[in-house]
Amino acid sequence: MIAEDMIEDCVSPEPQEQPGLDMERPTMEVDIACAGFGPAMGGFLTTLTHAWNENPEDPCFQSHAVPGMPLQVHCYERADDISAGVSGVVTRAKGIRASFPHLDPAEIPMAVEVHAERVLYLLDPIGASRRSAVLRLGDKVLRAAGPLLGVRDSAFELPWTPAFLHKQPGLVLSIGQFNQWVGSQLMESGLVQVWPGTPVSAPIFSGLAVEGLRQPDQGVKPNGEPDAGFIPGMDVRARLTVVGDGPVGAVGRAIDEKTGLPQGHVRHEWALGMKFVVEVPEDSPLKPGTVWHTFGYPEPEIFGFLYVHPERLVSVGVFVPSWLGDPQRTAYRYLQHYIQHPALWTYLKDGTLRSWGAKSLEESGKHGEPFLSGDGYARIGEGSGSTNMLTGSGVDEAWTTGVQLGEAVLELLRGGKPFTQENLAATYETRRRASWVERGARQAENARNGFHQGFLRGLAGMALAGLSGGRLSLAAHIPPAHRRRELLRGLKKDGALLALETGRPLHDAALSARGWPEIPFDGRVLVTHQDALLMGGKVQAMPGFADHVIFVHPELCIECVEKTCIAMCSGQAITEGEGGVPAFEREKCVHCGACLWNCAQSPDGNQGNIEFRAGAGGLHSAEN
Amino acid sequence: MGEILHIVVCAGIVPDPLQTLEPVNNSNVLGIKNENALPAVLDPWAASALYEAAALIRKFPGSPQQPSKVWLVSLGPKAKLQQVMMTVAQKASFQFVAIDGPIGGFPDAHSTAAVLAETIAALPGLERERLLLFGGWESATRGAGVTLQLVGERLGIADQFQGVDQIELRDDGSFEVLERIEGGKHQVSLCAGTPAVLGWATGSLAEPRNNPQVGMTNMRGILPALQKAKSANLQANGLRYLSLSLPKTQRTTRLVKDQSPKAIADELLAWIREE
Repeated sequence: MIAEDMIEDCVSPEPQEQPGLDMERPTMEVDIACAGFGPAMGGFLTTLTHAWNENPEDPCFQSHAVPGMPLQVHCYERADDISAGVSGVVTRAKGIRASFPHLDPAEIPMAVEVHAERVLYLLDPIGASRRSAVLRLGDKVLRAAGPLLGVRDSAFELPWTPAFLHKQPGLVLSIGQFNQWVGSQLMESGLVQVWPGTPVSAPIFSGLAVEGLRQPDQGVKPNGEPDAGFIPGMDVRARLTVVGDGPVGAVGRAIDEKTGLPQGHVRHEWALGMKFVVEVPEDSPLKPGTVWHTFGYPEPEIFGFLYVHPERLVSVGVFVPSWLGDPQRTAYRYLQHYIQHPALWTYLKDGTLRSWGAKSLEESGKHGEPFLSGDGYARIGEGSGSTNMLTGSGVDEAWTTGVQLGEAVLELLRGGKPFTQENLAATYETRRRASWVERGARQAENARNGFHQGFLRGLAGMALAGLSGGRLSLAAHIPPAHRRRELLRGLKKDGALLALETGRPLHDAALSARGWPEIPFDGRVLVTHQDALLMGGKVQAMPGFADHVIFVHPELCIECVEKTCIAMCSGQAITEGEGGVPAFEREKCVHCGACLWNCAQSPDGNQGNIEFRAGAGGLHSAEN
Repeated sequence: MGEILHIVVCAGIVPDPLQTLEPVNNSNVLGIKNENALPAVLDPWAASALYEAAALIRKFPGSPQQPSKVWLVSLGPKAKLQQVMMTVAQKASFQFVAIDGPIGGFPDAHSTAAVLAETIAALPGLERERLLLFGGWESATRGAGVTLQLVGERLGIADQFQGVDQIELRDDGSFEVLERIEGGKHQVSLCAGTPAVLGWATGSLAEPRNNPQVGMTNMRGILPALQKAKSANLQANGLRYLSLSLPKTQRTTRLVKDQSPKAIADELLAWIREE
């Protein structure tokens, strides 16, 4: 049981009043209500449906909510299609293969087995990168000894890939297509209903227990006030609420606010993953299943990847981490510079951009793990701290946590036991703690500590943790993401002047002032940010919902100089607004959640000044 | 016509046009790459027909004893239909009628129409003299342009309208229809009464917002309908398609500074004229 005294003061603000509690709302009863449809929920629902398919007559599948009917399992997803996931991934697929022992990657579009992996250190061919003197010296040595060491196209391939980075015999996947494949099988079973275009605004609390999910009001103005055609959001009451709405999901964060995080746990580490899907020419030498991990460029802190799917499709992208102490964190421009690095451009320059996507990654791992269960609810997936930051792997871990909860739920249903915290801890948490997911999380717990004190120290810390199986690591004090923005203030002045002269956004101008060349748009691979938003799909924003990005204290925004929320906004949905308060356009928002952790202001010294609520739609692109 | 309507909407599912579609030729079988795995949506023109039907029923709900009613008849793979219905079901109330069939391929329109007509004719409770047969006048994929008309003919319905943007019912049972004609104009027709076939253009209604309550209510009928969906054996009837292409798309990015509004307008006009 989560006792009040287990809740740490600093991360548990006063519980806020649930909005609209006094309003009469339609209510529906189900047995299991689920928030978010991603890999973790896929694992959970697949486990239930496999058991159902084996024996639909099992009494455990009788509904309590609707007597005489099968178990009522409803899953709500904000995106307008279950395939609108945003991630190209490489995964060991250990848990996924356990669920599908006869998995044939050919059944899933854009899926293929990993067959070759490389780790490349990218030198800076331009000279604009924020490299330390030591790193510059190292680069000089590499360039000088290039032919001997096999440096080609300004890239040095590590002769040996650490075991913890290996993904073989895993899979290269498009999460959008994988979700679609999983969802089709779930739907066929008839047990599960997955509702796309249906966001969930909040859990329904009763004390610290969760009794279901509340859907957002519709027919409201951007500020949430009722408008023509007002429909109050429905309350879906359930015996069990499964929370898999990711790291920026409204339900998971509301529970965190209510219960706080376990003692000593904090969520201070984030990254924005942004990537392109590029179709390369027919004569491309890139073989399906090829996986590249890169580091060193466009900034030392920015890691990158290139995964080759079948049918000449390539996912190529960067991770811009919260420890990049620079307010000019404009990921889109960095991604454009990244793909133009000679080591990649050789393969991509004659390609065609097919789609684009961005997503926030919660990188605190074990440090950010919330209470995994409470009375009436359980947490799975990335929002439950399952991502392994040493191996750079999250999908398989998320899937497996879903499977573990699925098995636990079946056990409780068969035993006729209620979904109390005690019972969920004894079944779900016990399974999770005994599994490879937990072992990996413990090994990765402190693997990234060094990065907060410099790139080279970070690499050393990661190698130390990786090679010692997590037994050794560097110590670190990791501040909240919004406090790491102090570098390069001098450059900002030049950037500001350039921005004034050209009318460009400050962050974009600041990168140019720092020496980054202008992007030579070619209309195929290198296109403007707004054009990219229309590649392979487009942002969906059903009318009638309230804005989901809220600037809580406008006066703080007016004072804010950096406005990193604008620089970091993946869809350019946040722009300069009148009077110094940023403007938000819901129709451009891809729901990446970067604004949530990039806000440079903090009313309480811990949380940022931006509220990220539930919203419908987001980027719609099946090829991500 | 009275105030009791029986509207049957024929609506297929198509690959979501928002995604990148790619024609393929596998051993002389033309299709769209990975079509079975691609996200699908209700055919946009037929979706307009559904929304118009739902709006009509709201205006003419009938009586408690004899309520007006909308049936949505859809032919496609069952699993795909269910996925699409999870969204469509939230937008309008209807009784779902599923026919299990292929998603891709190029069946003869006569073959498709025969299956649809047979299914509609057998709908319990449907009164032919009250029937408005709705559908799209176009399709986002493989539009034969004749399927709805053929269904109407097979059902013996002579009054047919295509490119419909508006219907207005009158007290005497007649109705006025606006059909699109050349030059951006509408042709106004007056029809004495049902039954009639209306192939809808875009109409004038916005896409309804998702209403989870409507969705949950619809779902009670959709799942059983899927379970008892009959299989359709569509025949090509000797038809062979020689080529397949997608609508032309063009994207050119060009950065131009300091161009006057007039110059921008002139360039846009020139481009539109070229098209």
